[in-house]
Amino acid sequence: MKKLTVFLVILSLFCVAPVVFAGDKYTVSVNQIVEHPALDAVRKGFQDMLKEKGYDVTYNVHIAQGNISTANLIAKQILGEKPDLVLAIATPTAQACAQVIKKTPILITAVTDPVGAGLVASLEKPGANITGMTDMSPVDRQVELIQEFIPGIKKLGIIYNSGEANSVSILEVLKKESAARGIEVEEATVTNSSGVTQAAKSLVGRVQAIYIPTDNTVVSVFEAITKVSIENKLPLFAADVDSVSRGAIAALAIDYYQMGRQSGLMAERIFKGAGTSDMPVESLLDLKLYVNPANAKDMGVKVPESVTKRADEIIK
Amino acid sequence: MTWYAFFGALEQGFAYGLMVLGVYLTFRVLDFPDLTVDGSLPLGAAVSAVAITAGVHPYLSLILALGAGFLAGMVTGILNTKFKILHLLASILTMIALYSINIRIMGRPNMTLLGKNTILDPFYAMGLSPSEAAPILFGIVSLLAVIFLIWFLHTAFGLALLATGDNKQMITSQGVNTHRVIIFGVGLSNGLVALSGAMICQNQGAADVNMGVGTIVAGLASVIIGETVFGSRSISRAIIAALLGSIMYRLAIALALGLKLGRFSFTPSDLNLITAILVVAALTLPQVRARFRLK
Repeated sequence: MKKLTVFLVILSLFCVAPVVFAGDKYTVSVNQIVEHPALDAVRKGFQDMLKEKGYDVTYNVHIAQGNISTANLIAKQILGEKPDLVLAIATPTAQACAQVIKKTPILITAVTDPVGAGLVASLEKPGANITGMTDMSPVDRQVELIQEFIPGIKKLGIIYNSGEANSVSILEVLKKESAARGIEVEEATVTNSSGVTQAAKSLVGRVQAIYIPTDNTVVSVFEAITKVSIENKLPLFAADVDSVSRGAIAALAIDYYQMGRQSGLMAERIFKGAGTSDMPVESLLDLKLYVNPANAKDMGVKVPESVTKRADEIIK
Repeated sequence: MTWYAFFGALEQGFAYGLMVLGVYLTFRVLDFPDLTVDGSLPLGAAVSAVAITAGVHPYLSLILALGAGFLAGMVTGILNTKFKILHLLASILTMIALYSINIRIMGRPNMTLLGKNTILDPFYAMGLSPSEAAPILFGIVSLLAVIFLIWFLHTAFGLALLATGDNKQMITSQGVNTHRVIIFGVGLSNGLVALSGAMICQNQGAADVNMGVGTIVAGLASVIIGETVFGSRSISRAIIAALLGSIMYRLAIALALGLKLGRFSFTPSDLNLITAILVVAALTLPQVRARFRLK
């Protein structure tokens, strides 16, 4: 009996040991450019996903507070932390990490144009220690949504920060997609948030609707545009779902929390030994449609039934 | 703080050190508060990035950046002296204009240099790692700049520059054209700032139009930290102190990044607050020590 107990104890040790000692323990260092609801949501989604998958991950979270030179110092700091994986959120921080960290896998996320930013050789074959997710807006489907609300639209306004690389990439696509549908794009640029009201007013009388891309500067003062839009009955559309409760009529957008979760799945594959150099850059296929009928009424349009029917969320 | 973070702070301190020397030149020597630097730092980066992408040798691109910065500074100087616009406003005007000009130069707001040739390549070829090469190169360049400035401020023209900042009336009565001195001085300052921007962008792998935001704040902080901690009794001492101040400022950020106090953890958003507290500590420490010594 005694022998049997000893045998069982030893046997159970063997069974338990691999589980305990393989003990999926990892360190992830995060370099995030600024605290921002969308970017924070990415990080949360990433952490939640890995937690659900049972990974015991220690995070070193660094936020550059909007300062690119600090983002560089953070990259050096991360080099010293020797993490198993680096999570770089948004373009400037991804570039800072890419320049400094050459061996540790870097997962980039919320980067609009990874090829243009020089981070990966191509979306299919990144080629080095960097892969991740792009948050390029589904601009074609967003334009179609605006057409659903305003069928005869000929002129669409956009407000963006000419200093944000992501917004400039989106503008290029917007011009192409709009031209294909017979819509002309009128631009109003700002260089900081205090110019947004003026930019919105400059579009009044020149366009039939305003589209706000995922521009950090402009979105941070979304209410300013809402005010101008209501006063002038100018329908306002956004490219992020949070803005729908801040005045937009509707938004068909990437869910940044989901993006973080999908980035988490990519991290899992890297933990399991997958190489980054031939792991394609992914994008989020699953989009969210938010509608706000009260805003639509204030801005003088009706929400088409086709939109109400398929909306993921109707804000009251 | 790890060694990587320490050397990272050294590297940033040296790279931004040139910018701090430029700020010292206008703020302390010429008594000309110059905000152009927020625009001329990315200007240097933009010029260097475009030049390198077009196939220009990285070292040659530094000279182009220096020239561009010099021109930008001259514009501020001319607006101030010839058009009689107050120095602060003149520099603000140049700064905001540079935002648009920088985007024009690059053709977009952000230009990548990842995978391109940089000034650091010869050092890599010698077998140095990036975390060793950058502090060495930037250290050499900023020491050269310090030597140049000390020499320059002891020449006849340099003395005129010092005198223009000290007592404009006196130097005018000596027959010196203060307009020319101011235009050249602000130009030289912004040339150094642009050179700093060019080195920074090659080191960080991208030029970005927003990389200049807050440059003047870091520059002034570094100059004042330097002169408080290391003194400014002579010109040579003040110039060296400015460079050391730049390193101390970056060390404070690096220290704040790595700070953990037992179980109490700071949230990432506390970074700027901690940096500020560390700088206050560095500034008051000499006073506290002096007081104890007196007793």
